[in-house]
Amino acid sequence: MNALKKITYNCRRATFLIEKKSLTTISIKEQFELKLHLAGCSVCQLFQQQSLLINRMVKGHFFKKEADLPNLDSNFKQSLEKRIEAELYGK
Amino acid sequence: MPTEKGLEAGLEDLSILDPKKWVKRYADYLFRYAILRIHDQDLAKDLVQETFLAGLKGLSGFAGKSSERTWLTAILKYKIIDLYRKESSGLANIKDLKQEEASQDDFFYNDNGHWKKEYAPRPFEELADPLRDKEFNRILQDCMKKLPKLWASVFTMKHMDDEKTEVILDELRLSKANFWVIIHRTKLSLRACLQKNWL
Repeated sequence: MNALKKITYNCRRATFLIEKKSLTTISIKEQFELKLHLAGCSVCQLFQQQSLLINRMVKGHFFKKEADLPNLDSNFKQSLEKRIEAELYGK
Repeated sequence: MPTEKGLEAGLEDLSILDPKKWVKRYADYLFRYAILRIHDQDLAKDLVQETFLAGLKGLSGFAGKSSERTWLTAILKYKIIDLYRKESSGLANIKDLKQEEASQDDFFYNDNGHWKKEYAPRPFEELADPLRDKEFNRILQDCMKKLPKLWASVFTMKHMDDEKTEVILDELRLSKANFWVIIHRTKLSLRACLQKNWL
């Protein structure tokens, strides 16, 4: 019972399990612990939502939109092109 | 003297790999690929250059099984992992780690592991507007930049590139237990950073 009580209140442990679960299969015992905790903890429920949101963002559907990412400057590109030609046709 | 057939095959290879067009075709793509994973423009430039040069050296190793872009990206990817490995060892990084770990110890009460009120997650503002999406994305990237290098490496390899856990353990020489601790701590940091900077 003591162990149960511990997880019911332990958000550090619960957030650890949330992260692990988002990437792999967790054990039956861990699943049970997490379910029990989340049932009574709205803060960790929110953490889980936000964590999954971050995962989705990172995985790409925003990152792959190029809008906000810089391009290479044209000077650098030119020097790259020269470098490649030099390598191709003997230095 | 090469046979006609051999000559043709040679020409075909050339048409698959066309280094003179690499810069025009792939430089920006590779640069962005690198920026997203290392968050440093100068380093990203260096890596793009190194990738092309390594590509030139390896022309004959190109098996034609993938596209030119995929092949160059694979070269870049290994260069990035190499950099992760170098950056995540070293004293500066250990200091970073200690600091970040210490700041997280504030998130939860030590005795029972419950969230402290001032660090507990609060709802993010809605992401309804595409402009706000962009802003959120920018803040997320800034937050990733602030992570200790080792954490950022683990996080990026796992979450952005879907790398197998075993590969990450191997490349960055981590134990499995350590890996999960890092995955957890990184998310705690990132989320807290977003909450702090996303208004």
